[in-house]
Amino acid sequence: MADTTTNTLSGPRGPKPKKTFSRANIFLYGTLIMVSLYYLLPLYVMVVTSLKGMPEIRMGNVFGPPMEVTFQPWVKAWAEACTGINCDGLSRGFGNSVRILIPSILLSIGVASINGYALSHWKFKGSETFFTILIIGAFIPYQTMLYPIVILLREMGLMGSIGGLVLVHTIFGMPILTLLFRNYFASIPEELFKAARVDGAGFWQIYFQIMLPMALPIFVVAIILQVTGIWNDFLFGVIYTKPATYPMTVQLNNIVNSVQGVKEYNVNMAATLLTGMVPLIIYFASGKLFVRGIAAGAVKG
Amino acid sequence: MTVASDPPEHAPKRPSRLFKNLMAKIASIPMILTALVVFVGGTAWTVVYSFTGSRMLPKTKWVGFDQYERLWGSDRWIISIKNLGIYGSCAMILTLVIGFSLAACLDRKIRFESAFRTIFLYPFALSFVVTGLAWQWILNPEFGLQSVVRGWGWESFVFNPINDPDTVIFGLLIAGLWQGTGLIMCIMLAGLRGIDEDIWKAARVDGIGTVKTYVVVIIPMMRPVFITSLVLIASGIIKLYDLVVAQTGGGPGLSSEVPAKYVIEFMFRAQNLGQGFAASTMMLCSVVIILIPWAYLEFGGRKNG
Repeated sequence: MADTTTNTLSGPRGPKPKKTFSRANIFLYGTLIMVSLYYLLPLYVMVVTSLKGMPEIRMGNVFGPPMEVTFQPWVKAWAEACTGINCDGLSRGFGNSVRILIPSILLSIGVASINGYALSHWKFKGSETFFTILIIGAFIPYQTMLYPIVILLREMGLMGSIGGLVLVHTIFGMPILTLLFRNYFASIPEELFKAARVDGAGFWQIYFQIMLPMALPIFVVAIILQVTGIWNDFLFGVIYTKPATYPMTVQLNNIVNSVQGVKEYNVNMAATLLTGMVPLIIYFASGKLFVRGIAAGAVKG
Repeated sequence: MTVASDPPEHAPKRPSRLFKNLMAKIASIPMILTALVVFVGGTAWTVVYSFTGSRMLPKTKWVGFDQYERLWGSDRWIISIKNLGIYGSCAMILTLVIGFSLAACLDRKIRFESAFRTIFLYPFALSFVVTGLAWQWILNPEFGLQSVVRGWGWESFVFNPINDPDTVIFGLLIAGLWQGTGLIMCIMLAGLRGIDEDIWKAARVDGIGTVKTYVVVIIPMMRPVFITSLVLIASGIIKLYDLVVAQTGGGPGLSSEVPAKYVIEFMFRAQNLGQGFAASTMMLCSVVIILIPWAYLEFGGRKNG
């Protein structure tokens, strides 16, 4: 009883409340807001430009909001913009990107999760060596491996096809994804694995019935990582596909940087936004998981 | 009733080592093939063929170091290397400074922290092609930033880093920083969060100011985070390709060429494979030069697992 009274009498508790508008705080928030404007500016400019008509763009100010909102540039970018002789817009590139993305995700994550599982619970002689090579491989410039892969794909008859590009994404996604899954599976208690072994479960049974259901969060992280990575790829798309199978980023670049015809900046910006839409939606919808994915990517090697 | 037995694969009396863990080995075939055929084999193949006179198709006509002599005698390659040097050193320093400063600001227990973080990081989700095209438009001399400032009354304002050969690399830098600083900020923020609250208390007791605490105490403590960031930034700089293609196309003239673009132009456009192989081998060398000191710092002493 006496104790509590002395405690309550000993003055206010907890940290001293800070003034919200101290000079340091104004400086801090001022800086952050200014920097935020720099980061937001390109997105804003793209949106307003894509909603203006060409006459308004020629006369006016890139930062000004559109006086007359028009969705015509978006329609044109999606369905009519020309690359070379094809004038069916970005919709074709979008379709190609989707057809590249889905099998690439399934294959790369499937392979990498099995790798990670084997590397953490079924180590064999040399497994760590292969893993080390894989991680070092993540740092080798892609340019060094581009041409040998052209030869491999040609031998397999996959050069220029979507299947070939899927294979390339699986190969180059493997180091980081394998690392991700290996670290995750290694954190699953060994006892669980041993118990399953005693009960007679084999390699695949443990993988599908124990590991897979436990690893769902890391699968989501891997999917986020791969969707943005594969969607944003330009280099592999431009080298391993042909115009009919170009992914969206390559087609976008061809539309905007084509030398023929009058430049239609509003259509270009609508096309750019359309291409950026998928990763942006993933980013804003996934929040913390995206950060977790890139943090895992950051510690590669 | 406790489970006490070892998994059978640890039992010493198995018939053959080769068949031990057979299923794991079969399941690892894609990984083994990727590591050996693509990463080791592909890299070795390119290095070996950089000593040949391959043009349209790879062939084993040995020419010694001819390709390298021609490479270092080529203006285009020298320009590419210079550009990468300027871009690289600026990007390295500015990304670290901006990334750390933003992380430090966000770590001051501010409100709306996650909103700010979301804004700083969103460009990282975008493709370099999207980034390049967006900045190409903003920096457009006729309609973009330059014309807007002139419209405000400053008629002689010049800011045209897309069409001016001397400043084009800074146009790329603005776009590159816009896209890349968010990632470094995130890594730095994670590093700052890992620092013990007691360090701050001790600094306050000793009467050291906030900025000084960061410079004298916190930054030295975050050495591993800085090294990771450096490696990430450096490997990103060497890969610089998409941004240049989208934003400037290497122009005006050759003034914004970079090595990665040189390699691809010679391999796939100019039908001069040997030159492309030699240039990509040089890129590999530069990565090795960066990677070895880092691996030594990171794993020095203990073995890399």
